[in-house]
Amino acid sequence: MATTTPEDRHGLRSYLTGFALALILTLIPFGLVATGVLSKTPILVVIAIAAIVQFLVHLRYFLHLDLTTTPRERVFAIAFTIILIFIMVGGSLWIMLDLYNRMMV
Amino acid sequence: MLGKLTVDALPLYSWVAMGGAVVTVVGALAVMALITWFKWWRILWSEWLTSLDHKRIGIMYLVLALVMLVRGFIDALMMRAQQAVALNSEGYLPPDHFDQIFSSHGTIMIFFMAMPFMSGLFNIVVPQQIGTRDVAFPFMNSVSFWLTTAGAGLVMVSLVIGKFSTAGWTGYPPYSGIEYSPGVGVDYWIWSILISGVGSTLTGINFIATIVMRRAPGMTLMRMPLFTWTTLTSSVIIIFTFPALTVACALLGLDRTLGMHFFTNDAGGNMMNFINLIWIWGHPEVYILVLPAFGIYSEVVATFSGKRLFGYTSLVVATAAIGILSMTVWLHHFFTMGSSASVNTFFGIATTIIAVPTGVKVFDWLFTLYRGRIRFTPPIMWTLGFIVTFVIGGMTGVMLALPPADYLMHNSAFLVAHFHNMIIPGVLFGYVAGFMYWFPKATGIILDEKWGIRSFWCWLIGFYLAFMPLYALGFMGMPRRMEHYNVAEWQPYLIVAALGAVVILLGVACLVIQLIVSVVEWQKRRDHTGDPWDGRTLEWLTSSPPAVYNFAVLPEVGDRDAFLDMKQRGIAYRKPDRYQDIHLPKNSGVGVVLGGFAFVLGFAMVWHIWWLVAVCALAMWVAIIVRSSNDDDEYCLPAAEVEKIENARYEELAHASPPGGEDAPGVSTTPLQENPT
Amino acid sequence: MSSDAAIDPGISGQAAPDAHEQRAFGFWLYLMSDAIIFALLFATFAVMVNNTAGGPAGKDVFSLSSTFAETMLLLFSSLTFGLATLATKAEKSGRVLAWLCVTFLLGLGFIGLEIREFADMVEAGAGPDRSGFLSAFFTLVGTHGLHVSFGLIWILIMACQIAVKGLSVPVVSRLSRLGLFWHFLDIVWIGIFSVVYLPGIL
Repeated sequence: MATTTPEDRHGLRSYLTGFALALILTLIPFGLVATGVLSKTPILVVIAIAAIVQFLVHLRYFLHLDLTTTPRERVFAIAFTIILIFIMVGGSLWIMLDLYNRMMV
Repeated sequence: MLGKLTVDALPLYSWVAMGGAVVTVVGALAVMALITWFKWWRILWSEWLTSLDHKRIGIMYLVLALVMLVRGFIDALMMRAQQAVALNSEGYLPPDHFDQIFSSHGTIMIFFMAMPFMSGLFNIVVPQQIGTRDVAFPFMNSVSFWLTTAGAGLVMVSLVIGKFSTAGWTGYPPYSGIEYSPGVGVDYWIWSILISGVGSTLTGINFIATIVMRRAPGMTLMRMPLFTWTTLTSSVIIIFTFPALTVACALLGLDRTLGMHFFTNDAGGNMMNFINLIWIWGHPEVYILVLPAFGIYSEVVATFSGKRLFGYTSLVVATAAIGILSMTVWLHHFFTMGSSASVNTFFGIATTIIAVPTGVKVFDWLFTLYRGRIRFTPPIMWTLGFIVTFVIGGMTGVMLALPPADYLMHNSAFLVAHFHNMIIPGVLFGYVAGFMYWFPKATGIILDEKWGIRSFWCWLIGFYLAFMPLYALGFMGMPRRMEHYNVAEWQPYLIVAALGAVVILLGVACLVIQLIVSVVEWQKRRDHTGDPWDGRTLEWLTSSPPAVYNFAVLPEVGDRDAFLDMKQRGIAYRKPDRYQDIHLPKNSGVGVVLGGFAFVLGFAMVWHIWWLVAVCALAMWVAIIVRSSNDDDEYCLPAAEVEKIENARYEELAHASPPGGEDAPGVSTTPLQENPT
Repeated sequence: MSSDAAIDPGISGQAAPDAHEQRAFGFWLYLMSDAIIFALLFATFAVMVNNTAGGPAGKDVFSLSSTFAETMLLLFSSLTFGLATLATKAEKSGRVLAWLCVTFLLGLGFIGLEIREFADMVEAGAGPDRSGFLSAFFTLVGTHGLHVSFGLIWILIMACQIAVKGLSVPVVSRLSRLGLFWHFLDIVWIGIFSVVYLPGIL
């Protein structure tokens, strides 16, 4: 890719950085599960953290979400979505687990 | 070849059902015959069905809503008649048929009356109110409409071929599962909802994008009219909660069709999760419907009081607060599921909190009315009726929000009275007020006031007669959805309720008469000015009905009441120096095609005609691909053409009685406006 | 379509809305709506994960190597789509086609692996009608697979459009939305391997 412009190279670097980070954040949880070097709970925590960080990496480097340059309404939309997912999924799990503990245990 | 479909699917099981089928078929044939007789097919196709003009799509939504209102209302009358007579007897409806009726009544009124009514008003009003020429996605708008219509069509077809669901409008499992409802009724319910739900989601996306990106220059967020604000909020709730409905119904469909175990009794199903999922959508849905109605009341109150809206900022904040709170209360629909005290308490408190922003709104409307010079036209009558009646519904809602009280009133007639008290005076009165308020804008005809007022009184009195007895019946222990009963004390109340339904029927009749009278006398009732009510917001700047492009020159907004401000500054009707070419979307039949195939697809899914499902899915893909490969979807209206249309409009304005021209008499009433309250 | 109109369209209100900006925002809203669908399918899966009804649990049917291969295919396809996007910016339609082709093959490989995994499970008596857990598993992962399949069809259509129309303004605009869709699906997959597969295999 000798003909790339500076702007292009910046774009390419962004994708390659994202890819490298995502690769690492994928290898860590898979490696832990494959080798089983930790006990169950710490592995679950690591999986969760790696997933959240990788989510942010994808947003930043693949979807190019940026708090300053991305149109404001898109940032609002995704922030609102995250809040609602928290409410809906969190609420559902709270409701259903509470019910499970009262009815089935 | 035809899946489960056989001759047995015809409704030969009861005279009443067969009657309904015959009326549906004959009605459809009669409409088609009339269209053929008047040779309207061509114009109907080229000017309406394929139109991407938001105003025409809006009018088609309203037609759909009014037709479905009549259908849903007939269901209501039949239920009231059955309960009035079914003391210690079978009544005239077999249980299976009665169950179909209450299921279809709820489904139709929410999905195919209220939702299209709302989308219709969005379409007619919002682009004009924010000063733009069209919605962000005109083609998608047409697709939304046709998918909604396809869903409505499926419900109507269930009258003739097969049966509708008997599981109520929320279709709780396990009863709605294949084990207890082996027929096709629940499948009709699922597919009509899934298909129209896609349409609603697309409408939501469309109006968010329209309002966020297409406002006229100078219209900041805090200058948006209240109806635009509520449309935005309602659209946001739509796109974030309809997924829950889609998931709930799709999973139920998977249980029924592929034998999965999401909500079954056995094999690890969890039926309470369905109830959880459907109410994640179901409660916000109430606010999806009622917020736009609040917006309408806000517009109507300001216009007909001749005053600036009191507490604009608080109304906006209250709208947003209700929008967010609406998504945190869904469990109050199933307190009796058996959650622990902490869960029930959380959702109970969250529910009562919603009463606060709603109360703020009520006071804002009252203060807008206070010391205003009120013109008692039909729209404001509906609004006044709403304010009084809705407060009663709100109070009973707060009662139901208390978990211990809810345990007593759950699934009783009290609940039925409560939510009708929210939906009829809250939602329907608002939409009818909006209908009468904006009808001149959409069609150029001012509706007859006399019949409008008569309709209002019939609806209001009929409402109290029909639903106040149900509150009492709830306290007397009557459960909802009783096909027959053996408690003699209930019957007098149920007879009063049935009488109330008859009075509402008179109200519906008045609406129809109003429409007929106004259309017949249309020449006398023409609105030449485009501003029949001395309006305050931008939609009254255009002619009635508006030119296809709405605004020849996009308006500059300088105030919250943008149009009033322009009138006061004497620039509302100023002629521009020159006109420009205007690009507009070409008509497209692809929306109709998609809706048609979606309808057949739903029908084929209901009856397990798999080859037809495949054919329809493929056809829809092809239609989408063809459409999305088409880059030539706009046409140009030349400046000369625009000038001709606009000159005719100025000609009409000059001859019209007030307000017309720059020094319109309408402006002279404005000193009243700024009442320093 | 004037480009200056795209400056801060959300707050000030504007005279000539930019078609591409509108569509990008509309599509973004669709993705948010779709994200809620996936979120609720995840919630449903989490509610039902222990409802195996005596049938197989996650550790009996999931394979770490197959999941890893699927993950890698999707991750690489995200990168190759990014390269296609860069080629679009450089207006090199031949390179765009080439990278789209690679993306398509990677995606096809993903779908192939998933179909084989599903077929093996059904063969072994662990089909979606076996238990609530398996219903939730097949529906969540299958919904993602359906999305990927739609994405593949979309890639094909865009390849045809590029071949016929070149990198015209509407085609580039559509490609950008396809890119959003493709990267979005990769994000959902992070959720799937982190919530479904890895904890299941543990």
